[in-house]
Amino acid sequence: MAAFDVPPFRPYPIIPELKPDAMKKDGPFIAKPDHQEALGFPGKLVDNWQEKAIEKMGDLLKRFRSFQVYMDACVKCGACTDKCHYFIGTSDPKNMPVARQDLLRQVYRRYFTFAGKYFPKLVGAKDLTREILDEWYNYYHQCSQCRRCSVFCPYGIDTAEISMAAREIMDSIGHGQKYCNEIIAKVYKIGNNLGLPEPALRDTLEGLEEDILDATGVAVRLPIDEEGVDVLLVTPSADFFAEPHVDGLVGYAKVFHQAGISWTISSYASEAANFSMFIGSYENMRKIALRIRQAAIDLKVKRIVFGECGHAWRVAYSFLNTLAGPFDFLDPKYPVPQHICELTYDLIQRGALKLDKTANDHMKLTFHDSCNVARATRMGSMPGGQFVIPREVIKAVCNHYYDMPSDTIHDGTFCCGGGGGLLTDDLMEVRVKGALPRMEALKQVTDDHGVTHMAAICAICKSQFTKVLPYYGFRMDQIVSVHQLVSNAIVLSPPE
Amino acid sequence: MAVVTANGKDVEVDEEGYLTDLNTWDEDIAKVLADQDKLELTESHWEVIHFLREYYNEYQIAPAVRVLTKAIGKKLGPEKGNSKYLYELFPYGPAKQACRFAGLPKPTGCI
Repeated sequence: MAAFDVPPFRPYPIIPELKPDAMKKDGPFIAKPDHQEALGFPGKLVDNWQEKAIEKMGDLLKRFRSFQVYMDACVKCGACTDKCHYFIGTSDPKNMPVARQDLLRQVYRRYFTFAGKYFPKLVGAKDLTREILDEWYNYYHQCSQCRRCSVFCPYGIDTAEISMAAREIMDSIGHGQKYCNEIIAKVYKIGNNLGLPEPALRDTLEGLEEDILDATGVAVRLPIDEEGVDVLLVTPSADFFAEPHVDGLVGYAKVFHQAGISWTISSYASEAANFSMFIGSYENMRKIALRIRQAAIDLKVKRIVFGECGHAWRVAYSFLNTLAGPFDFLDPKYPVPQHICELTYDLIQRGALKLDKTANDHMKLTFHDSCNVARATRMGSMPGGQFVIPREVIKAVCNHYYDMPSDTIHDGTFCCGGGGGLLTDDLMEVRVKGALPRMEALKQVTDDHGVTHMAAICAICKSQFTKVLPYYGFRMDQIVSVHQLVSNAIVLSPPE
Repeated sequence: MAVVTANGKDVEVDEEGYLTDLNTWDEDIAKVLADQDKLELTESHWEVIHFLREYYNEYQIAPAVRVLTKAIGKKLGPEKGNSKYLYELFPYGPAKQACRFAGLPKPTGCI
């Protein structure tokens, strides 16, 4: 099945024996000139790339104080070394967070610090060579920017931001990644990551309406571009396209229907994901965020609700107001924006939904905290709401729920292995190996409690698990959407 | 740029093995692409491949999985209208593998 060895489950979580250069490779496919240029980057590696890369690094150091602090603050304490799922799964010491940071730090020291300029050997400072650029490209695409390491760093050094900065530097010299940049270009051209044009989107939504009617006898709508409704739903385009994502979308539609909330999808902003965060490009991130603002204005909605998408919720919760605000034209009674889980949770609290838990009795559930939701956002008004609310939603619709081991959930959650722009076939080896710690945790609740399914609220997690579960002896359909469970349990009012 | 050859005709493919031009596709090319994955195309595979091409011609995108399973179910019977059946035909996934054989571009995004 694989051209590489799938790592075996460990009897207990020991630090792996180091295998230097185990993942020394060429990295993912390089972006084509038209992908690069659509994002405002040079089409291919520029001639004076060293000079330009250093210049860009200087620019980022000035713009982001955090980046400068992260470059300076590391004391090599070692707390982060065994916290990265890619290190655990690959044993390559360059996948230790500190080593990943040092790839950039060594160049930073050479060009931006006194000691590095005059005594480079003493402080591990290095000239930016082609060899180092290749290492950047390879190892900064073996980081899913999940930020687990930063939870354990006593200085709070955020490897995700360092990896974003590295990708921004590489993009700026014409050395970008195909997967991310092709997708961002598609958002500009068509409106979503998939490149799903409006007629196809309409056809897909109509088909889903037919399916729900066939299955339930109730006409539940999935409206598109309807002006003057209450809610604009912004959801990852995978929700229209893939399984189990689409079952989550059906769940949102049933919740809106049953709560009597009018809503619409926008064909212009038919994507929640914002891959520009993965490549650290503020300008591109803003451009995508502004599409959502524009759709909300054009459709004259009162609220914006985000579907199940991990990093989209980070961009929405943490950055949307600065990127595309102010949202003073929306109803101030509701959070701007709101997560679909918050909306459903509130309705459940109010007793506004009739739920039949036995509809999910064929499953025993656990929940995978998606890294961006867990470590970069919140839900609801209580601390830790992003952990509590999705679980409470699941427990309201399922009789059997069990958490995975405590060091693998909440803010200690392990990445699915496919986040941060790594969900591409050319990175399958790192994706499979990086899934090891999560698969071990799932195995444990499978053995201890007979768990049969894992629910998630992120399109990347769902696709990644669909692909990697079989490598570890599970079935691909053991990953489900949280709102798929809601969809199963919700009792729809019979037609009038 | 890599090429695949069928019946003496060379067609261009990208680094992931997808045709760079939809119009260079023919059934012999599909057989060669399937052969690379050690798959022999049966009548059931062709049903899917032809539907994918028809849908793409109309919508400029591959069909969503529910659109595909429904269409196949209508044509070949409800027991085949599900993704399990499609994965049996195309083990690497109907979205990616079947699209490749059908000469369509690779679907992108969180899928």
